[in-house]
Amino acid sequence: MNLTFSPEEQAFREQLRRFLADALPSDISQRVRLGRHLRADDYLRWQNILSKQGWLASNWPKEFGGPGWGPVQRHIFDEECAAAHAPTVVPFGVNMVAPVIMKFGTVEQQQHYLPRILSNQDWWCQGYSEPGAGSDLAGLNTRAVRDGDHYIVNGQKTWTTLGQHANKLFCLVRTDPDAKKQAGISFLLIDMQIPGVTVRPIITLDGAHEVNEIFLDNVRVPVDNRVGEEGQGWTCAKFLLTHERTGIAGLGHAKQALRHLKSLASRIQHRGKPLMELPSFRQRVVKAELELMALEVTNLRVLAAARDGGVPGAESSLLKVRGSELRQELSELTRRALGPAALPFFPDFLHGDDSLDDERTQKASASAQYFNRRKLSIYGGANEIQKSIVAKTILNM
Amino acid sequence: MDFALTDEQRMLEDTLTRLVADQVYPEQRRAMLAAAPNGSSVLWRTFAELGLLHMPFSEDVGGLGGDGTDLMIIMQAFGRGLVPEPYLAGLVLPGQLLALTANSEQQTRWLAPLLEGEHQLALAWQEVGARYDAFSVATQATQQDGQWQLTGRKDVVLNLEAAAATLVTARLANGKLGVFIVPADAPGTSTNLYRTIDDQPAGDLTLDSVTLPLTNCLSEDVSDVLAEVLAVGRAALCAQAIGAMEEACDQTLAYLKERKQFGLPLSTFQALQHRMVDMHLHLEQSRSMAILAATSLALPASERDYKVAAAKAYCGESARFIAEQAIQLHGAIGMTEECYVANYAKHLVMFDHYLGDSDYHLETVSDLLTAA
Repeated sequence: MNLTFSPEEQAFREQLRRFLADALPSDISQRVRLGRHLRADDYLRWQNILSKQGWLASNWPKEFGGPGWGPVQRHIFDEECAAAHAPTVVPFGVNMVAPVIMKFGTVEQQQHYLPRILSNQDWWCQGYSEPGAGSDLAGLNTRAVRDGDHYIVNGQKTWTTLGQHANKLFCLVRTDPDAKKQAGISFLLIDMQIPGVTVRPIITLDGAHEVNEIFLDNVRVPVDNRVGEEGQGWTCAKFLLTHERTGIAGLGHAKQALRHLKSLASRIQHRGKPLMELPSFRQRVVKAELELMALEVTNLRVLAAARDGGVPGAESSLLKVRGSELRQELSELTRRALGPAALPFFPDFLHGDDSLDDERTQKASASAQYFNRRKLSIYGGANEIQKSIVAKTILNM
Repeated sequence: MDFALTDEQRMLEDTLTRLVADQVYPEQRRAMLAAAPNGSSVLWRTFAELGLLHMPFSEDVGGLGGDGTDLMIIMQAFGRGLVPEPYLAGLVLPGQLLALTANSEQQTRWLAPLLEGEHQLALAWQEVGARYDAFSVATQATQQDGQWQLTGRKDVVLNLEAAAATLVTARLANGKLGVFIVPADAPGTSTNLYRTIDDQPAGDLTLDSVTLPLTNCLSEDVSDVLAEVLAVGRAALCAQAIGAMEEACDQTLAYLKERKQFGLPLSTFQALQHRMVDMHLHLEQSRSMAILAATSLALPASERDYKVAAAKAYCGESARFIAEQAIQLHGAIGMTEECYVANYAKHLVMFDHYLGDSDYHLETVSDLLTAA
């Protein structure tokens, strides 16, 4: 066994570092580093740079215009982007709907939608969860009724991340209310500019506007916008979820957060010594370090299996559970490290363009990020659901 | 051994439960916070009418002579309703410090109006770089020409904007810690106001050669008294956290019973039942620690500090556990600003950042343990 990266992989990492150092605009990386919220334009500027380089769709095969990277290269790419404080690529187009369109879409759909994703012409968002269908996604109630060559769609979607910027919505709808729960679902692509689509903001406890609810009121969607057969939506949905959960360990982010925490705790003084020397604090940092080491190797094991032809399965559930727990613990330790300085809240700095004095600038986002990171164990399938998946599929319980 | 409340205490508890249920609920909280920044809210006047502003002070300074248990009853009710009024920061902490140090003129000028609800005060004990150590003070006080002069900066002072005056700790030339009354309009003071992430009004107070008459000095050696006042504050915060933990547990349990997924109420899933039980265990163990703190306030200093530190450390851990689980069990809805439980969770997590977190207090316990 050998856990080192090959010379080619290391050269690839060097190439990425040089690219990131040159191409990533410093105002954007600064915003990411300080934990300030990104504007739509911040995402788009960075994604246009990646698109020009041919690296936006890091998971796409060459035939569709991707770089044709394997899972190990994608992992290195994610890690280096996080280390450089690059914005996370908005995943709903490139990483989520695109693989579904490649796998289940018609040639016409592929030719129409995929280039628009590569060029950032479309901003996609996800219409999965509903007020009554969260962990029980297949319990969804949004109804699509056939009317000639259209569906008339009525219902409500929620927790739609960055939906306020999106012009396209991929959506699970119920086309057959009499079929068995999963069997009556279809996968639709909806243009958000057409009448009947309303987006309303949901403000989260950190004061951020990241998620939305979407109301669909007699929305007329051409039947041609259905991906896969009618009633095949659940197959598309599950396929998409395996892609959603790849990379969900957030390893690059965890590494970055740990580096930040250590540097912070070495600078902050506690009774005349760096906080890192306080045994109770240091021990928690060390435990997080061990968890990260273990997670990294587990992640590499899953990646190696995927590289050698395996499909990411229930192992991604394990990565999701541990990865989210680790990132939450790191956000807790960062907030804690600040002591009383974690208390002041400056929403106009975090959301907008206000400036603060140097010291406050470095510390302003810690508590808000701690609260924001609570989402990690809830979204993408709550950790309780992930554990049930592991119990069922790995342990056969 | 007796855990029962007296008849008077039961009446106090009933009155407060009704008051909080009738007047304070989360929808109103934000409006109340925005509407009454000067400490003159309707609720504060109600507190005055109910005698709550006199309750925690000894009879020889005109108070009602309430003890730690009375304070616990009050703070627990306020925690339950997330009452935004600065009862601790604007009344109890500065008031206790005055009660223990002020001469009769100072009492008449500053303490009597505080108890009558005519003004509020603030206590500035915290400094940048000192974390939670109230005795690591860089602000300087020097005496010259029959006056005091103060220079320094105080960090995250709660209730700063509403306070008619702030009690400021400062290092004297002889190395001892003094405490001074700094009126809000004293020349040389400047403030930077903000809210904390759990919505409490606060600010930084900068003192640039602030000149004060000799009568504004409360004490030239306040260390022991400050430790006593902070112990009261810590016990009070524990009680407040118990109220908030109770409410967070109740709301979570109600949600588990009401919310259905996979055709069943969430409360029927065993994994979630056990989690709810763990929350309940944390609550009850913390309640015990808060009672221990409340009943230790009159003990000799080292014993008092040992028990209060133990309670604050214990409640800090539990508060975070309950907050995190309350959000997780609510799912995404628990992350929204509109959801009541999110407000309780914020309060419970940030509890650890007021008057010392659990690491800080575990160190105190550990120090006193070695000495014992």
